[in-house]
Amino acid sequence: MNAWSFVAAAYVVAIALTAALLLWAFASMRRAEAAADALKRK
Amino acid sequence: MHALANPARFLRIARPATTWLLLVGLALAIAGMAAGLTLTPPDYLQGDTVRILYIHVPSAWLGMAGWLGIAAASLSQLVWRHPLAAVGGRAVAPAGATFAAICLLTGSIWGRPTWGTWWQWDGRLTSMLVLFFLYLGYIALASAEKERGGEGRIAAIYGLVGAVNLPIIHYSVLWWRTLHQGESIGLTGSTIAGSILWPLPLTLVGFTCLFGAAVLMRMRAELAEAKVEARMRRLGA
Repeated sequence: MNAWSFVAAAYVVAIALTAALLLWAFASMRRAEAAADALKRK
Repeated sequence: MHALANPARFLRIARPATTWLLLVGLALAIAGMAAGLTLTPPDYLQGDTVRILYIHVPSAWLGMAGWLGIAAASLSQLVWRHPLAAVGGRAVAPAGATFAAICLLTGSIWGRPTWGTWWQWDGRLTSMLVLFFLYLGYIALASAEKERGGEGRIAAIYGLVGAVNLPIIHYSVLWWRTLHQGESIGLTGSTIAGSILWPLPLTLVGFTCLFGAAVLMRMRAELAEAKVEARMRRLGA
């Protein structure tokens, strides 16, 4: 394997895990805030 | 800090801050990674693998800074009983664990072409792995305490005790003869050439902003969940 294979693998790991963290945090925030808003309107 | 003790006041600041941290973080992280991959020269010894530096160093910094945040939140909870401290500690933990994992994985990938091995039980690598397991323990403990309706005091004590590992990680390359290189970036300067180093501040600030955005989003989720639980209890009473 040449150097660029290792560089690409490292960047894919970093970007994928960071994106997963942000998407999970965003989805959980939207879900929780939507539930709180829905309850407030009742 | 106590000015933010009121959740309503905290949310007034956190809502716009989340968007700004996300936008600035994405712009800086993408610019830094693109510059690191295309605009800098290869290292004379390591060649192109040196480009892993631009993601490995920010993730190492954030893995350690995350636990520093947990320790500060724990101290704030135990000493000043800050109402948002436990929420803050629980929000930091998944982000810190993620960046500690990124640090370990990118370090392992960098180690294979540089050292000829994916893993070595040396001081720096082992203490960083311990940090990752400490995060998993904190997440499990804090979740269990929250489910039982506790105040999170056991998790806070665990957060403070776990901070002992931070100086061990930092000084591991000085205390032990390790495969990992010694300190090359300090507060006063760096032994890395400026032509290679310059995109690093972009990814450092960029990933730090993304870390901050993830923490704020988790805090907002926890506060909204607490609001729903309190209202359900009132409706049930």
